[in-house]
Amino acid sequence: MTITLEPAIHGDRVSLLRVLGPAHVWALGVGIVLVGEFTGWNFAADKGGALAALIVCWIVGLLYTSVAMIDSEVTSTVAAAGGQYAQAKHIVGPLMAFNVALFLVFAYTMLEVSDAILLGDTIVAKAAVEGLNHNAFIAATIVVLAWLNYRGVLMTLNVNFVITAVAYVSIVILFFSVSPWTQGAVLKLNELVTPGNALPYGWIGVIAAFQFGIWYYLGIEGTTQAAEEVRSPARSLPYGTMAGMITLLIAAAMTWYVCASLMPWEYLGITYYPLWDAAKLTGSPLLENLLFIATLLAALASANGCINDAARAWFSLGRDRYLPSWFSAVHPRYRTPYRSILFLLPIALAFAFIADLNQAITFSILSGVLQYTFMSINIMMFRKKWPLGSIQRGYTHPFHPLPAIVLFCLCVVTFFAIFLGFGSQLIAMVAFYFLISLWFHFYRYKFVRRGDQFTMPWPKPQGY
Amino acid sequence: MWTALSYASWGISIVLALWMLYDWFKIDTTFSEEVLTSSREGELEAVSEKHRI
Repeated sequence: MTITLEPAIHGDRVSLLRVLGPAHVWALGVGIVLVGEFTGWNFAADKGGALAALIVCWIVGLLYTSVAMIDSEVTSTVAAAGGQYAQAKHIVGPLMAFNVALFLVFAYTMLEVSDAILLGDTIVAKAAVEGLNHNAFIAATIVVLAWLNYRGVLMTLNVNFVITAVAYVSIVILFFSVSPWTQGAVLKLNELVTPGNALPYGWIGVIAAFQFGIWYYLGIEGTTQAAEEVRSPARSLPYGTMAGMITLLIAAAMTWYVCASLMPWEYLGITYYPLWDAAKLTGSPLLENLLFIATLLAALASANGCINDAARAWFSLGRDRYLPSWFSAVHPRYRTPYRSILFLLPIALAFAFIADLNQAITFSILSGVLQYTFMSINIMMFRKKWPLGSIQRGYTHPFHPLPAIVLFCLCVVTFFAIFLGFGSQLIAMVAFYFLISLWFHFYRYKFVRRGDQFTMPWPKPQGY
Repeated sequence: MWTALSYASWGISIVLALWMLYDWFKIDTTFSEEVLTSSREGELEAVSEKHRI
């Protein structure tokens, strides 16, 4: 099969390519998130014990189910690259949109950095060779994946689908290999999680665990960045996002059960490789090697999706002149935002070489939670300005406004949890967004073509 | 083996980075800025594909 490109009869514009389906949307969302099962979630056990890690698994699952439902409704209507940025622009206003785009770029770039560091550290840990440095593996991860993204979105997300599926299946294989229906043979949950140690720091430990409970699902909202490249946004985005969320809830439950049944919470809360360590504890070299490879694949899939999403958000800012329009270039052959991909590449490399994993993860989580807070307000405004029936929606989420209220309340709890652990970073980041907002309002916004930025063919909002 | 893999990683990174820089230069000098930045939000793609099987 050969593919040739010809200018369409109605113009000579070069746009992103509409080639993706629901499976690609699933691969993008789950691919970004699944690494959180291989590392990250378990630090919740350090904050509040093994039971706290399970409680936040379900409560944060509720937060992200709200995110997925709200996102599916709005994105099935605002189908544009930039995802939540385009939503904010149309529903709230330009200043909010600028901030949301920065949340997205920071969240995904810092997550990409964390993934690359994790992959490098995992290889170094496996090799156990004196003097072996992780920098080469970090560089290869970021550059190879940037190259893949540069060459086209279809191959990028086909690769993500395969490696995400392999990583996911490895969790399922580990789960069934330890006879989950029998306690005492391999698993020892009764001995490791007792009434005496289940919540070692009480309920404040559960609150503190929210900070890392986010890792079970962080990034599922990234599916919306594919909005301009899916063949049928109104169908593919809700299907892909909701299927992804169901997949992750199952993976999170299996991961907690196996890990909490094999490791004491004191160790589970500090290891960087909970699933790999769990595989080692089964005594099976096959499982150990499988979970080692799966850890690498999960990190690769996450970094791959993050490069895709960060570049689309940056590209969208350029296209609306919120940043220089130079960033809005589309590769005429590969149909990717190639300048945005190349611009973010050295930034990711620099952070990966100088930052440590904890700092990168914290900046990613902070930007993510800021974005979720926005989403709860955004959906309330969306339903108020354009009530059901006023515009066509690909998906309508149920129980409105309950998911928005739940989402907002859980975001407040998570901010408090982050403040407990990383208060200075939280304040520094909020100060950064405040200052950059001033720069946008007083300097940059005059370059924006105000009439051109609102592209959705919607009726006037109610009350205007 | 791991040390060799480390050197290979540096090599691959450098080759791919140089290729992307070369392609970037080639594209930017071949096509006008108006064409490259012509994408608009909300518009269906303006370049169509013909799949020949």
